[in-house]
Amino acid sequence: MELKGRKIFNGKVKGEVLATKDGISFYGGVDPATGKVVEKGHELEGQSVSGKILVFPEGKGSTVGSYVLYNLKKRGKAPAAIVNQECETIVAVGCIISEIPCVDKIDILQLKTGMKVKVDGEEGTVEIE
Amino acid sequence: MFMELTPAEKGMLDGKNSKATKKGMEILVALGEMFGAKKLIDVKSVQIAGVSYHNLEEAGLEFLEKMAEDGKVQVLTTLNPAGMDLEEWQKLGISEDFAKNQLKVIDAFSKMGVKTTCTCTPYLIGNRPAQGDHIAWSESSAVCFANSVLGAYTNREGGPSAIASALTGKTPEFGMHLDENRQAQVEVKVNANIESFTDWGALGHAIGSKVGKKIPLITGISKDNADEDKLKIFSASIATYAGIGLYHVEGVTPNETTTPSESIEISEEDIENSKKFLNDAETIDLVAVGCPHCSIEEMKRIAELLEGKKVNREFWICVSREVANQAKEQGFVDKIEASGAKIARDTCMAVAPLKGRFTGLATNSAKAVFYGRGKNNFKTTFCELDECVAKAVE
Repeated sequence: MELKGRKIFNGKVKGEVLATKDGISFYGGVDPATGKVVEKGHELEGQSVSGKILVFPEGKGSTVGSYVLYNLKKRGKAPAAIVNQECETIVAVGCIISEIPCVDKIDILQLKTGMKVKVDGEEGTVEIE
Repeated sequence: MFMELTPAEKGMLDGKNSKATKKGMEILVALGEMFGAKKLIDVKSVQIAGVSYHNLEEAGLEFLEKMAEDGKVQVLTTLNPAGMDLEEWQKLGISEDFAKNQLKVIDAFSKMGVKTTCTCTPYLIGNRPAQGDHIAWSESSAVCFANSVLGAYTNREGGPSAIASALTGKTPEFGMHLDENRQAQVEVKVNANIESFTDWGALGHAIGSKVGKKIPLITGISKDNADEDKLKIFSASIATYAGIGLYHVEGVTPNETTTPSESIEISEEDIENSKKFLNDAETIDLVAVGCPHCSIEEMKRIAELLEGKKVNREFWICVSREVANQAKEQGFVDKIEASGAKIARDTCMAVAPLKGRFTGLATNSAKAVFYGRGKNNFKTTFCELDECVAKAVE
């Protein structure tokens, strides 16, 4: 099944979904050294976003969050791709400067943790294998 | 792609200019597409936030150094405060390690051709847009002042998108760049006496609590009580607590607006409640003013109040290097420093690494209260400039 959304940043990648219904603040919410979600009470608290197809509704918090995504990428701890319901500027700019494939306007409820999917940033699609 | 790009803009996107320009253009095009812009427009100036190493950390520094490899700014570009006084950082208790990294950040900006002004008040030191100018500014208080008080046109940019505009001289045309999005959405009828600086600061908090993110048309305030310093501190407060980049004050601000049908009232009680909310400290070990950075008039007042006195608490007066130089020429700096108070140039209490060093902050800025609490776990006293000075010397 293919879900059609909108391109934010290009790149094609296959991987395993890590999905949450909570928004993510990368600044203060994700540890740039380990890739683990550290925000208290977050659905993904304690889990690592590294190498995952990270699926969440939208970004939140400080614009410094864009730089945290860049830091994760530099340390090899970044998600393989990001899929949002509605991408906002912090995540969009973070993906562009870090070159992480990103797609939004996807019905993210269709994507469950553990699913194998293919993200195509150029076409703005997510294919469930 | 929905946006129409000129051949020159396409060239930048294809990497014909530099890698940094290409990256900048990618950011602007992506944001433009996300927000439905039809084209890019030229900007007259840029203000970049995200300068303190405390916020940027290693990753931010790496990104800036990469952009500085081949990126050059195309328009007048100024910088937000850094995490320390760039010269006398030791005086402010900053570690050598932090200072080393902070100076690397400044070097990267300097290499790109950015004026390393390090102030949240670029409009006081030569980056002052005219009414109708399109600009790309970050720093929420400066955005709010530029849009509302000067009548310039800017969205609330983040650090990287402001850098993108500096390197290309462009910004996508959406949001606050279009007149139809600058009309008031709610009338705020003020039935309270708004006169002093803390009245204005509390008003920003009260409007944020009652109407949230709507553009207000504020009525019922006398022009005589709305000088530029008061609008400066109000811009910082309303940007912090309401999250907006534009307001109108009837008979005071220059932008034209239609009168909205929705209205709310702000009473004396609302202002008192906001003042109560902003006050929760029992003891004070840091007094800090200059959020936004002090004007020359404020420096003069502080010098008058401190003349011949000694401070008994850590007292920071946050100010741009340029205004501090003017204050030095007029003798204000010597009077202030003779009291033991510290002139904190290039930085402020909101971005310097202060956590764990102090517990109770007295300030005349509602914005400084927000960051003091959120970032540094301070308890706060919110009072007039004169009272801040009195607390420092008592």
